[in-house]
Order: sequence, then structure tokens, then C-alpha cells
Amino acid sequence: MVNLFLPRFRGAALAVWRRNTLVWRKLMLPSILINFGEPFLYLLGLGYGLGLFIGEMMHMPYLTFLASGILASSSMNTASFEAMFSVYTRMIPQKTYEAILTTPLEVQDILAGEMLWCATKCVISGTAILIVAAFLGAVHTWHALWVPPVLFLIGLCFSGMGLIMSALAPGYDFFNYYVTLVLTPMFILSGVFYPVTSLPVALQSLVQLLPLAHAVDLIRPLVAGLPLSNVALHLAVLAGYGIVGYLIAVRLTRKRLLV
Amino acid sequence: MPTVVEIKGLIKRYDNHEVVRGIDLSVPAGCCFGLLGPNGAGKTTTLRLLLGQSPVSGGEIRVFGLPIPQAGRAVRSRTGVVPQADNLDPDFTVAENLRVYGRYFGIPATTLDTRIRELLAFVDLSDRADARIATLSGGMKRRLTIARALVNDPELVVLDEPTTGLDPQVRHMIWGRLRDLRQAGKTLLLTTHYMEEAERLCDELIIMDQGRILEQGTPAALIKKHAEPEVIEVRGEEKLARQALASAGEGRFEAVGDTYYYYTRDARAVVKQLEGMAGLTFLHRPANLEDVFLKLTGRELRD
Repeated sequence: MVNLFLPRFRGAALAVWRRNTLVWRKLMLPSILINFGEPFLYLLGLGYGLGLFIGEMMHMPYLTFLASGILASSSMNTASFEAMFSVYTRMIPQKTYEAILTTPLEVQDILAGEMLWCATKCVISGTAILIVAAFLGAVHTWHALWVPPVLFLIGLCFSGMGLIMSALAPGYDFFNYYVTLVLTPMFILSGVFYPVTSLPVALQSLVQLLPLAHAVDLIRPLVAGLPLSNVALHLAVLAGYGIVGYLIAVRLTRKRLLV
Repeated sequence: MPTVVEIKGLIKRYDNHEVVRGIDLSVPAGCCFGLLGPNGAGKTTTLRLLLGQSPVSGGEIRVFGLPIPQAGRAVRSRTGVVPQADNLDPDFTVAENLRVYGRYFGIPATTLDTRIRELLAFVDLSDRADARIATLSGGMKRRLTIARALVNDPELVVLDEPTTGLDPQVRHMIWGRLRDLRQAGKTLLLTTHYMEEAERLCDELIIMDQGRILEQGTPAALIKKHAEPEVIEVRGEEKLARQALASAGEGRFEAVGDTYYYYTRDARAVVKQLEGMAGLTFLHRPANLEDVFLKLTGRELRD
């Protein structure tokens, strides 16, 4: 149990990542269609529709503002939902982990593989959004090529927290609490639709403690072609949530599965 | 002969309830070793403990001479596991199940391809390689689970009730395959509550109940030690049955439901008498492992 706090990354985790990739490939076509279709609707509807009234926000067209916010928040959702619903399905009803635990892999390898997969999925769906945004003229700089690696980090961050929920969940309904009490408020308050600075000051500092605001602050300048600030802080917050989430999730999942 | 599994004083406790209460056993290499016991005897828990899938509360486990749980990874990489309930991956086809599982062991792709072909032939599923798991019958799933357990070419194969819920054809097929594996020099450790299965397959077995080992030995030795060689089962009117058996002289008599068991060294006289009696049906047979099992673990129901 001593090495629990410093799980070594092992190549074995990649076998879990490959497993999930293989499943995804079977449903690749419909999922890619959804990846492109959804942001297209969002950006077209909200970006153009609202943008017509709003015009500019924070020195950029509203479409650009919104597209960069959606990039961050949709990665949050992708990673969270994969780490909750899909992981829970594999862990409990499908007993996939039970089977994997009879191989050399251990809980920390499985969860590391799951996080890598969640992050990969964020890159896939986020890149689709980025392409749609560029197509609609919302991307202003080649710096946007830095967006996918940032999406990967955002994926690691939110999957770590989602894995904790999966480890604790008695059933699927449990995830509603996390979605309603954590994800939705973060989605609304973290600067996706409007700048955080327009919130009351007390609320602003609270929002700065949550990871989504930092994700938005990293993505937005990369899409809009504006200078980045506090990069190290933003990266550290995202990585910190991911690592702490992972360690807690490993501990809780071990407790749940290795009885 | 080297020892593959060595367990000393093993204890497993949940809260204040002890489910494994000081087990010692040693499984020699190349042996088919059976763990028998009613439900709740601690068989499955013992298997989980020796794979490092559950923390031990006391005692010591060594597999291939390596300590568990510290060497869990190394031990599991040389072990195949057939779990009690099927946990095949429903997202994949038959062949993909083996391939994905093989990757968890880090088996190179080319080796894996060859092995998958061999294993599917071994369990007679070659023509089902591309079938989805949901389309397989219970027997096919079980055979695939056995193939999956062999994907890493294990030295030790652990099987938790390998034939429970299967039809006789599949059971006989699986028994044949398990004998093949033993012939190939693998060590088998299996739990079962089919006494017939244990008698056919196991070189040596233990009978467990309530977390303890009651008896250990070869099936033949246990039968010889604990049961009279001949058994007569009688069904029919109680009074008649008692009367017929009472005159039989020395022997052990037991009533279970509507059946009367008579255990004896020499049943000839009783058989003669029973043959003349209308209203009773009887079966004269040699003693088997089930007689021993029921004698040791009792006849009351377990859950």
C-alpha cells in the first residue's frame, strides 16, 4: 500500500487505452458526425444569433469568444461523462475491470489508461469543434494549433474528478448530483458565455478556484490570437486537479474492487 | 516435485466475520487440485486472495515461490483465471476478446495472432471468431472464457466453478480440455461443488466448510476413509423401508426427505431382501465423493 501515493506509470495502462480506442473505432462514424454536428449547431445558433446583438466581447467577435469557451467546456463534459458513465459501466455492470484485474494490470494502471482515453476523446471532439470554428471564421491565429494539447490536459483534469465519482457511485443516478451541483454551475459561471469579470467579486474568486475558468483562460487567447497570461498557473491548476483526482480515485477504486 | 501454491495459516476477515479461518495447503506442480465445499465455504475468497485481488487478514501466500500480494503482477502474468461468472467484454467479438485480453499481458501482436487461432481451435470456436459475445450460448461463453485464461500460456490455471450451469455435452468437453491441460504439464486449481467433476478430474482435493479445511486427500482415499464401500438408496413407504433395512444388520442408516440411505461393507443380503419387496424402489451403488462430502459437511441447506 505504500506505493499508493506514487503510482508508477506503466505501459500496461496503454493496453486499457487501446481497448477503449478499439471500441470507439467500431462506432467511429456516428461519433465523428456528432462531434462535428453539435458544435456546428451551437456556434451557428448561439454565435451568430446572439453575436448579432452582442457584437464584440473582450475585444473579439462574440463567435470567437463563444467558440473558445465551448472548446473548454465541451472538453469538460466529454471527459467527465466518459469518466463517469462509461467507466462506471466497465467497472460495475460489465465487470470489465474484474477481468482486467486477473491480468498483471492493477487498479492504478486501469485508471491511468482510462484518463488517457478520456483526454484523447477530448482532443478528438475538441479538434472537430476547432475545425468548425475555423470554418465559421472564428479562429484568428495559427496559435490555435496549441489548442489540442491543452484539450488533452483539460481531459486529464476532468477525468480525474469523474473517476472519483465513478468509484463512489452506487448507481448511474448518483452522477446527477455531480452534474447538477458541480459541472453545470461551472459551465455557467466560468466565462464560457461572458467574462468572469462581470460576476460579483466574491463569486469571481470562487470561480478562480475551479478548473474550468483556467481552461477557458488558456484556450481563449490561443483561438483569438491574444497574448496569454498566467500560463503556469492555469496549467498547474488543471494538472493539480487531474493528479489529485487520479490519486483519490485510485484509492477509492481499490477500496471498492479489491475487497 | 516443486510446489506451485503454498498457503499457510490464511485468514480473511470482513469486519468481524471470518470467512477464511486458517487454511494451509500446498499444490504441487502438474497437479489438478480441487477445492470443494458448500456455498459460503470460502473457496472463491481463497482464490481471490491467492491472486492478490483481496488483502489478506493473516497468514502467508506464495505462488511460484513469490509472495502475494507483493508479487501479484508477476504471479498473475504466469496464471490463467476462469472466474465464476462470465466477464467477457461485450463490446468485442470472440477473437477481439482474446486479442484485447492478450494485450494486457503485453503479448506481441504476431504471437497473439497465432495463439488466438490455436486457442479458438482448442475450445472449438474457430467458426465463431467474428461473432459478438451477445450471440453466444452459455456453453460457448464458458469455452471462450477458458480460452481467454490460456492466452498468456499460463503455468497455473485457476478455475472457479468451471462447469456450473452447463449442459452435459459442454461439461464433458470442458473436462476433456482440462485433462489435456494437465497432460501438457499445467497446474490446475479448481473449485466445484459437482462431486462427479472432482472425482473425475482432481488428483488431490480438500473439502472446506465455513472457512476451514475438513479433509484433504485423493478422491479414492477420501472415499475409502469416510464412506462404507457400498450404498443402497431406497425410496418408498417409510415403514417398509425401515423394516427392510433394519434387518440388514451392521451398517449406517440415514433418512433424507423421502430417500433412505444405507451404507455398508456388504449389501448382498439387503439387496436380496429388497428385491422381493413391492412398493419400494432401490439403487445399489458404490460409495462416491458425494457421500463423503455430505457426511463431512452435513445435509442442511446453505446459502
